[in-house]
Amino acid sequence: MRPTARPSSARAPASLREPRIQPMKPSAMNKRKLKESSAESAENISQVQKILRERFCHHCAAGKLFGMEQQYRHLLELLKRTTVHGESNSALIIGPRGSGKTALLNHVLKDLREMKQVRENLLEVHLNGLLQTNDKVALKEITRQLQLENVVGDKVFGSFAENLAFLLEALRKGDRTSSCPILFVLDEFDLFVHHKNQTLLYNLFDISQSAQTPVTVIGLTCRQDILELLEKRVKSRFSHRQIYLTNSFDFKQYIKIFKKQLSLPDEFPDESFAQKWNNNVQHLSEDKTVQAVLQNLFHHTKDLRSLHLLLMLAGSAVTVHHPLLTAADLQEASRHHSTDSKANIVHGLSVLEICLIIAMKHLNEVYDGEPFNFQMVYNEFQKFIQRKAHSMYNFEKPVVMKAFEHLLQLELVQPLERPSVRAQREYLLMKLLLDSSQIMEALQVYPNCPTDVKQWAASSLSWL
Amino acid sequence: MNTRQQSKLIYSWYGKPLNSDRKLRTSQYTGILITSESTKTEACIQLGDFILVEGVNADQPYVAQLMDLYEDGAQHKRAVVQWFCRLEEIPQNKRKLLKREISAQEVFFDQVLGYDTDIAAETIIKSIMVLPLHLGEELPIITLNREQTFYVRQSWDGKCFKVLSPDTFSKLKEANKKRGVITNSSKAFIPSDILTPVKRETGSVVRSATKSKNPDMEIESKHSTSKSSLAKERHSQRVANNDIKTPTARKKLELNSPTRSKSRLLGCEVLSLLDDDCDSIAPLEPSATKRKVKFTSEILGSPPKIPCSNDKSKSTTETAEERQRFSETMQFSPYTKVKDFSEKDKNLHEKDDILSLVGYQKPSSQIPVLTPRSRRTCAQKTSALIAEQISMLDQEDFQSGSDSSYSSSSEEEEDDDMPCTPEKKPKSSRIFSTPKSSRKSAVHTPAKTPKKTPLQGTPRTPRTPRTPRNATPEIPRRIQAAQEPASVLEEARLRLHVSAIPESLPCREEEFQDIYNFVESKLIDGTGGCMYISGVPGTGKTATVHEVIRCLQQAAENEELPPFQFVEINGMKLTDPHQAYVQILEFLTGQKVTATHAAVLLAKLFSTPGPKRKTTVLIVDELDLLWTRKQNVMYNLFDWPTQKHSKLIILAIANTMDLPERIMMNRVASRLGLTRMSFQPYTYKQLQQIVSSRLKGVKAFEEDAVQLVSRKVAALSGDARRCLDICRRATEICEFARQKRTPEIVRMAHVTEAIDEMFSSPYVNAIRNASLHEQIFLKAILAEFRRAGIEEATVQQIYHHYVALCRVEGLQSPTVSEIMAICSRLGACRLLLVEASNKYLHMRVRLNLSQDDVMYALREE
Repeated sequence: MRPTARPSSARAPASLREPRIQPMKPSAMNKRKLKESSAESAENISQVQKILRERFCHHCAAGKLFGMEQQYRHLLELLKRTTVHGESNSALIIGPRGSGKTALLNHVLKDLREMKQVRENLLEVHLNGLLQTNDKVALKEITRQLQLENVVGDKVFGSFAENLAFLLEALRKGDRTSSCPILFVLDEFDLFVHHKNQTLLYNLFDISQSAQTPVTVIGLTCRQDILELLEKRVKSRFSHRQIYLTNSFDFKQYIKIFKKQLSLPDEFPDESFAQKWNNNVQHLSEDKTVQAVLQNLFHHTKDLRSLHLLLMLAGSAVTVHHPLLTAADLQEASRHHSTDSKANIVHGLSVLEICLIIAMKHLNEVYDGEPFNFQMVYNEFQKFIQRKAHSMYNFEKPVVMKAFEHLLQLELVQPLERPSVRAQREYLLMKLLLDSSQIMEALQVYPNCPTDVKQWAASSLSWL
Repeated sequence: MNTRQQSKLIYSWYGKPLNSDRKLRTSQYTGILITSESTKTEACIQLGDFILVEGVNADQPYVAQLMDLYEDGAQHKRAVVQWFCRLEEIPQNKRKLLKREISAQEVFFDQVLGYDTDIAAETIIKSIMVLPLHLGEELPIITLNREQTFYVRQSWDGKCFKVLSPDTFSKLKEANKKRGVITNSSKAFIPSDILTPVKRETGSVVRSATKSKNPDMEIESKHSTSKSSLAKERHSQRVANNDIKTPTARKKLELNSPTRSKSRLLGCEVLSLLDDDCDSIAPLEPSATKRKVKFTSEILGSPPKIPCSNDKSKSTTETAEERQRFSETMQFSPYTKVKDFSEKDKNLHEKDDILSLVGYQKPSSQIPVLTPRSRRTCAQKTSALIAEQISMLDQEDFQSGSDSSYSSSSEEEEDDDMPCTPEKKPKSSRIFSTPKSSRKSAVHTPAKTPKKTPLQGTPRTPRTPRTPRNATPEIPRRIQAAQEPASVLEEARLRLHVSAIPESLPCREEEFQDIYNFVESKLIDGTGGCMYISGVPGTGKTATVHEVIRCLQQAAENEELPPFQFVEINGMKLTDPHQAYVQILEFLTGQKVTATHAAVLLAKLFSTPGPKRKTTVLIVDELDLLWTRKQNVMYNLFDWPTQKHSKLIILAIANTMDLPERIMMNRVASRLGLTRMSFQPYTYKQLQQIVSSRLKGVKAFEEDAVQLVSRKVAALSGDARRCLDICRRATEICEFARQKRTPEIVRMAHVTEAIDEMFSSPYVNAIRNASLHEQIFLKAILAEFRRAGIEEATVQQIYHHYVALCRVEGLQSPTVSEIMAICSRLGACRLLLVEASNKYLHMRVRLNLSQDDVMYALREE
């Protein structure tokens, strides 16, 4: 998986991963073995896969929360006061990606809805900065979620200004004791900050600070500098309640989480299988290699989502013939998980392309990372070919050019500026997007690499 | 209104001038012809007819009786009317005094003082019927002309409803009998026999005016219907001038006027006499005359400027001096008698202890416009204020005068405060609010809505089934009642909430007083003005202004001040600066129009002398957001109050003190004026006082704890909101801890925890809780920064350090992909500032916090 700075890629759509662990069709099973037991185990396996898939892909609030009891209590009290006393509030939940912000909120809301004095007494409005990209859209969404649009037919969706006035009027008319409290949840809160004038935030916070309809605004964000982004008037109106979520657990707890995530629940239909599975998980957690794998992951990131990803990869190995997870499965998954994406691409290149990359590497060393163009690479390649003519076929320039363009398409090299009509392709300045260590590692595992090329890669002076 | 917009109407006098007044350049007429160009119809309206007069709201023209028609010196057609008021014009809270159902066709004989009865004739729409009825009498059923027939049963004087006096009743009856409006083809002629009685009657009134005092009283009683003393003045003055054409007759007037209208001799009168004198010598001095004529017409053109008289001897001498000065300036006229006269006049005034010539100050010392005022219950109090106002303005020094007015209004303010404390009605002034109009719109579309509901949202609506007719935007009611605070801490928390409206605003007394005085003086004068209020967020600007408005409304309700309208707009609550027009217009008239149209309508509203218009107090919050490139919104807003008839008081609020200088063009800043006020951030003592005043009677906080919060907040921002929020959070923390059976009081520890929670930097904690490799990455960044000496590095450079560090730590060195993942994670938290990720290894990285902080956070505990 190619890492990107865009955090959303961490939440890769579950549908991409799902097909890999689709339960095998029982009919296919029956062809081979018509035994009763195998059908039963197939049933069990598909059950297990369903449970794990739900756990890892849907991030549902069913799972327990880890290490955020205090935050949970704070948020629950806050929302309870809003619903029970009609107190307006505002708060931000801040924590890195995958630290359980949404999970915490969902948990609190779920528990809140079950409370007797709260039931049916709270209106919820959920907004997401990635969906409501401007205030106009956000206002429409609020109106829709508050079910106010049927009050005025299509009138309310007239203009942005009317909509805002309408909504503010609606909220202004309420008061603490009689109106139903409204909970605004702003996911990706940092994106709302970029709306024009921060009108929406100002108004929401203003309502939460004035004697109008009781309103609680909860923002979820991963940015630690969020308060600096708020405009001074908006900032003054925000109550400065911040609930920080940090993955502050240590490795022992991490192992516990690992066990929790893999074990089957008590209500699993086949008890003996569940017993067996859970025992196996217990064994795994004590296994040295598994612990090493987990430790490595833990050192890299405490994000629970990457643990889910790892377990998902491992869990997909479970079949009827291989009903229980093994340490090897986890190791294999870990290897998959941590492979270098660019180096992987290098594995599939032709020898000519490898040679070009090596030439670029030498250029980088000689010129200390300065950009190069095709002609320079070609000259470097020519020097190698002339010395070691026997080991490589002397390709013509257009062929080399073609290979070079393939590298460009694979984004192993990147042009410094956009290709223009005037500049000749040979002289476009380029940069290599690989580190020399990556190239050397890739060459180690490259199948059937000519020895000369390997030597040339090790030193630009090897042909002497 | 619509027809008026579609076709141009021409107003012309009917018949010859009844009698013309050479001195005032006025001539009276008996009727006016309204000719419509498109339909070629002509309508004649005569004195005594009932008419509809164009109002602020196009749907509801005012009802009035035409009392007088004349053309003034500037050739403007003017009319004097007796108002009738509709039910809608009567304040909501007074309507219940009626104790009966009022039909839409019923109007009230208007005896409210303070309305301008002198209107432009062009505002007359058409004639109608107003039938007087006795109180018990049923409404006669008239199917024809329903729109144009009104009934009057009672009179309304601003406080209570009274049965029509028999005198008025018979007069109205008579007027109805006489009523003869002919509306037919353009060739229609009005029979002279209809005309004559009117003429005769007016004539008799005119003649009787000069005969003795009694007929004068008669006029007054006859015209007691008129809403301002000015109209009476004008009338009698005109009457007087009709007969007195020679300078010799002047004495008669001099002797007459003081006795006739006690303490109400108008400067205007004298002026007109002077004018007359100048006129008589016009051939000799054409240039001087010309100037004089202009001068006079200006005075006449703006009758509301003539102020009421005052019986303070102190100011009499002052104004007498003023007058002397004025008469000296008048000496360009070679007429020597002028001086004689003025001296004589002065003697007269001193003898009668009458101050009457305040009007003269206007041209000579350029004081702001003063409106006519009539005697009311509160006149005693306000007259003192006016006197001070005048003297203050006389010195042209607002500041020095404010001290004296401070004391006078502060005592008034004190008794204002008493009644308004128990309950606050911040929204009482929103006369025209959106629900009304949206309801209207919903009524329009009932046929559409049922058709739509099955399509769009039936599954969503089961909880609150609503009929489309009930179109008020409203958040549904809560199902379970809100719990009242049970414990001391909960009570304290409720009171500490920013939204809780305190009984008074401590620490802003001076600012309150200044704003109050400003608005009050403008209200009393009936003029407009701007005030700019600045201060950092959370210093109580808006709260103070609202408090002022609340007190003023209270005072207006108690009839101590003239009534006013209160409109508030907030720059942050507008989607576009031009929407300000729309909102203001909607508040004022309830119309919903586009921004450009609203701007035109408002400009018209504020620039024309609207009859019956109350002063408008407009609060513009977050002024800086009304900035546009051309700044036309700000320009208009601040231009309106400078208009003569606007009666608009603007209180502009923004954060920056030098906003006018920084973002406004000169012409805008100049119109905003120099009345500024800045709210300083609260000091710790003030913050302490604010918190303790809110907590009065609730023992929830340790004294020291409050002081700690106050000091902390005062040192940081002086934001009262922050202070209250911290205290509120402290109560929560205390409540958590309370479960261990500690006493229920917020102590230092709780407060400290709350402060730490709100102000501590999150970065250090975030770094400490980061994973091992993330920490190593940060270390690698520090190493690279130290090596290169620049606080920026590419991932590739950092990677090399990273690999080395991993070797030192004995860890397996991660792949580039993993490094990139770490980098993007730290970038998402904004511990690092990173470039777009497509540059991969060449992506540049910077720290979002100082290196020392990172070092501190990474230090081994």
